[in-house]
Amino acid sequence: MSILVGAQTRLLVQGITGREGEFHSRAMLEYGTQIVAGVTPGKGGQAAVDGRVPVFDTVADAVAQTGADAACIFVPAAFAPDAMLEAADAGIPLVICITEGIPALDMLRVHHVLRAQGVRLIGPNCPGVTTVGGAKVGIIPGDIHRAGPVGLVSRSGTLTYEVVQAMTDAGVGQTTCVGIGGDPIVGTTFIDVLQMLNADPKTEAIVLIGEIGGDEEERAADYCAREVRKPVAAFIAGRTAPPGRRMGHAGAIISGGAGTAESKRQALQAAGVRVADSPSQIPALLRDAGVR
Amino acid sequence: MGDHPFCPQEGEVKLQEYRSKEILARYGVPVPDGETATNPHEAREAAGRIGGPVVVKAQVLVGGRGKAGGVKLAATPDEAAARAEEIIGLQIKGVTVRTVLVAPAARIAREYYLGLILDRGGQTGTIIASAEGGVEIEETAKTDPEAILRLPLHPLIGLQEHQVRRVAFFLGLPAELRKDFGATLRGLYAAFMESDADLAEINPLVMTDEGRLEALDAKIVLDDSALFRHPELESLRDLREEEPSEIAAREAGINFIKLDGSIGCMVNGAGLAMTTMDLVKLAGGEPANFLDIGGGAKADRVAAAFRIILDDPNVQAILINIFGGITRGDEVAHGIVEARASLGRQVPMVVRIVGTNATEAAEILRAANLITAESLDDAARKAVAAAGSQA
Repeated sequence: MSILVGAQTRLLVQGITGREGEFHSRAMLEYGTQIVAGVTPGKGGQAAVDGRVPVFDTVADAVAQTGADAACIFVPAAFAPDAMLEAADAGIPLVICITEGIPALDMLRVHHVLRAQGVRLIGPNCPGVTTVGGAKVGIIPGDIHRAGPVGLVSRSGTLTYEVVQAMTDAGVGQTTCVGIGGDPIVGTTFIDVLQMLNADPKTEAIVLIGEIGGDEEERAADYCAREVRKPVAAFIAGRTAPPGRRMGHAGAIISGGAGTAESKRQALQAAGVRVADSPSQIPALLRDAGVR
Repeated sequence: MGDHPFCPQEGEVKLQEYRSKEILARYGVPVPDGETATNPHEAREAAGRIGGPVVVKAQVLVGGRGKAGGVKLAATPDEAAARAEEIIGLQIKGVTVRTVLVAPAARIAREYYLGLILDRGGQTGTIIASAEGGVEIEETAKTDPEAILRLPLHPLIGLQEHQVRRVAFFLGLPAELRKDFGATLRGLYAAFMESDADLAEINPLVMTDEGRLEALDAKIVLDDSALFRHPELESLRDLREEEPSEIAAREAGINFIKLDGSIGCMVNGAGLAMTTMDLVKLAGGEPANFLDIGGGAKADRVAAAFRIILDDPNVQAILINIFGGITRGDEVAHGIVEARASLGRQVPMVVRIVGTNATEAAEILRAANLITAESLDDAARKAVAAAGSQA
């Protein structure tokens, strides 16, 4: 099982002929991900990544001819909102957007349109999703993983790699690792992924990696207390970050007391989550919780 | 990555009060006439043109201006000049006042709060309104949450008329002001959307003795991811209140915040950069900065990061933590060694590189007399020890 992506995923890459798109498509293919199509408007008919992936002008064409069922987006920020909408309109049920720097108000519209269409959006500004031994979609380095029973969800990029590496080094393997992205508006939240990992029979324990700002971690803690019966370990970055240069009075009113590392750590601890002081402590916390 | 509450480079560009008011006025929000002045002479002239009593207000982006003596009333142009003399040059939370806004003094009957913010929890824009406007609004939010209305906007169709009515009734506005209020809220909404703002707030929105609405103070915070389509707004950014080192970093494509400790940090990725700072603290040290060098760790950016870190005389050691992932570790190591050779000031450096060819990277670093570390915890401990031996 695992969640979101796997060996069966038929991936389409939007922006596959760009520098980033091609580089990471090659790494995804090396991992074993089935990339069935690439899309770059005006380059339909060509073949990308050393001739291994057929390129189409539109996502609709690519889906009709290849049966792609997931999209990974590498197009520049100014065009990424349109790329997400194009994937959704072509009937793709899972869209993973790596692009960073997309205007928040654009994301607001895209997020709600995709939700109304029943499309699962991961990101934007995220490292992607890897199901260990199944498929890697995005930019998470493939060789840091080891197969095992722990699912992971994170708001961060390289910090995720750090934690995964620490787990792998300690012999604690993973099912699926999901980077949800750090932007104000993201398609998928901690709670969405917690729900999926909680329901996944292969996942025995969960790691949550958060950071200061917003109240997503506090909400996730509340969800863990109510719904999650698997052990959860967490790390929150930013304990030493200086107090925020806040956004006017409205920011303080919206956030209440939430947002600091201490508020998040306390909320998680109160929910029975094991909270680490350093990424290197995560494997031991998982072992304590009975993970083999 | 993303919207960090403490990374102004990522996500927020605050505009001064007078700039914010200029934008709101264009959208039909009633803003009192005002003029900026950078010396007492200009303040006197401005007050003379305005006529009658004026208020002289420091234009700084930090809060608490009023309490710091940055807002003063003046009955005559000569008094306005005297007040401007007092305020210009004043230090407010470390920021020197260089500009004041001279505006007609309003006779205030009621003060309201009216704001629009991008609410990441609610995943939409939200109206925030209160009949208890003024500087104590945050306190009110804590002690009397019922006094604050939070009204989410429809993400696809935006502000609706029934919402405008609901806010007007919540504020208890006199019937004859509801029409003007509608224009004000619709104007605030249009300014928020069309400027790609993260925040647009009027505090206070006042009802004057004569029964008119006026936006006495305003603040707009722009989404810097959207500045590419607002070249006219980019020029409104006030660089004078930013750390020169932070401006230099932004120009080099580096996300940097100066702090007070002695251990300079150079990391790729914001979350990992914060974690590195946390572990320095856990090991008994104090980070000198937050620095996210971004993807790839290219040689020119590494060199720029060194310059920015070493510009801070408090820095006694540098901790470099690069999770290369797909990037080749030996290339990053070469980049670090080359950049270091061109530095004027040398401090101990602890380098940890993870990723492809990490072993080769470690050899390159050791050959160049840099301290290497296997784990992040180890790197933090070594950096703290190295800084201690320098002090």
